[in-house]
Amino acid sequence: MADIELLPHNVPSQSELPELVEELTTLNLGPTHPATHGIFQNILKMDGEKIVSGEQTIGYIHRAFEKIAERRPFYQITTLTDRMNYCSSPINNLGWHMTVEKLLGVEVPKRAQYIRVLMMELARITDHIICNSILGVDTGAFTGFLYVMQKREEVYEIYEEVCGARLTTNMGRLGGMERDLSNTAIRKIKEFIKSFPPVLRELEKLLNRNRIFMDRTINVGPISVDRALSYGFTGPNLRAAGLDYDVRVMNPYSSYEDFEFDVPVGQNGDTYDRYMVRNEEMWQSLRIVEQAINNLPEGPYYADAPEYYLPPKNEVYRNMEALIYHFKIVMGEIDAPAGEVYHAVEGGNGELGFYLISDGGRTPYRLHFRRPSFIYYQAYPEMCKGSSLSDAILTMSSLNVIAGELDA
Amino acid sequence: MLTNQEVAEGLLEKFGDQVFNFEEPYGLLTLSTTREEIIPVMEFLKDHKNYQVIFLTDITGIQYPDNAGQEFVVVYHMHSFVHNFRIRIKVAIPEADIHIPTATGLFASANWMERETYDFFGILFDGHPNLKRILNIEEMDYFPMRKEYPMEDATREDKIDALFGR
Repeated sequence: MADIELLPHNVPSQSELPELVEELTTLNLGPTHPATHGIFQNILKMDGEKIVSGEQTIGYIHRAFEKIAERRPFYQITTLTDRMNYCSSPINNLGWHMTVEKLLGVEVPKRAQYIRVLMMELARITDHIICNSILGVDTGAFTGFLYVMQKREEVYEIYEEVCGARLTTNMGRLGGMERDLSNTAIRKIKEFIKSFPPVLRELEKLLNRNRIFMDRTINVGPISVDRALSYGFTGPNLRAAGLDYDVRVMNPYSSYEDFEFDVPVGQNGDTYDRYMVRNEEMWQSLRIVEQAINNLPEGPYYADAPEYYLPPKNEVYRNMEALIYHFKIVMGEIDAPAGEVYHAVEGGNGELGFYLISDGGRTPYRLHFRRPSFIYYQAYPEMCKGSSLSDAILTMSSLNVIAGELDA
Repeated sequence: MLTNQEVAEGLLEKFGDQVFNFEEPYGLLTLSTTREEIIPVMEFLKDHKNYQVIFLTDITGIQYPDNAGQEFVVVYHMHSFVHNFRIRIKVAIPEADIHIPTATGLFASANWMERETYDFFGILFDGHPNLKRILNIEEMDYFPMRKEYPMEDATREDKIDALFGR
């Protein structure tokens, strides 16, 4: 056998290597990425699969609601509010009505308050259904989404029965509701109370203890309670971080103090906790709905405030005063007292505030919406820093950022 | 639970005549201060163990064009979760010198709220890390929420202010 001459390996030493150039990739997540569930953009700087920094660009569907509101009579502003968080429009509508009622000093009868609570809690359920089932979709579980969407459809049918619309509901009036709960509405609500728990339990079975789902969500996008407070988190996202702030409990409105419900809190503020808090909130909302429908007080469903609440139609045709009031209300010729009001309700995503300044005119002098999504979305780069892109998408999904509410 | 009276007295004791115009519209304690004192007032409320106003609810602006020397007002809403009271602080600033210090050092959430206020009213928050437009396009050269930009076409005669009760 011939000797094999082993050639020395020509390995260059470390100093001879050409210097590695670190380069970051810029990735545009949005504005029309399916994972954003709305139109907003994140410009992410990526180092391989890891996110180094991010910047959000928002305002793609900014519609200048605050400016438009300065030229609209109070009742016409309701249609602007339901275009903010369109997953839970009734909360926006009724929150706005309560704000104006506070300004006008109108006392709403108990029955109307209970109907409002009922509708707002149904709206919260639809809001959380969307958020949680879409989170499932983003982790790869499409079935649950299609399954619970059927239940949202049933809630939308209840909306239809109560106000005639489904998505942009324009529900309620200044001073009460536009009509009493019909027998069909009551039947549908009772059916929903019966048929929703098995579906929700099925969704829980699909996700709550699912190994894949847990691996994808636990410790993803965590935020500490201090940072969450500093960033102005409210609602389920703050509660997931461990602070039990809920407007319904702290500053009860619309008779929330009559109802018995628990405020679920999380521990780590990560995606899984946000999911679990929303999940539990649906059960609590269902509890409130059940109490409201069972203890629905008798009585009128609107306040005795003829200057603000539209008179019944048959009165308008027969009664001069009713006709005058009807005309004045529809033409927006209602002079509101001067004053400034801040009213907050617990929206689907947290504290939804209305800051209304009236100078005694027929339109607001200034109206500002405190939109929870807008305020907490600024924490997003901090929450997804260092995580992978697929985790960042779950973080965004679990924050439930609604583009309409983000931009107003 | 603290009453508005107690909070107001505490602030008066600490800041004297730098806090003024105490009101209580619809039960919400409202007061005014100067732009020199706004950050110390917020810091005092946040850190003092009797108040613990740890949550900044909202920042927004208002314009009163006829109020010479005080055309703009920046409004801060704060909330103490511990004692469950809300407080509204107003700072009036003149249009000629439209500056106010930023609150981003105290609350991270002030970042976008101040950007929004700047975007709509042109109020400059000194010391803000990234004061640029947020909802409108960056090329915009005016501040749309100011009252000099009416909503409707100015040539229209059917939408006069008198019809809106002003």
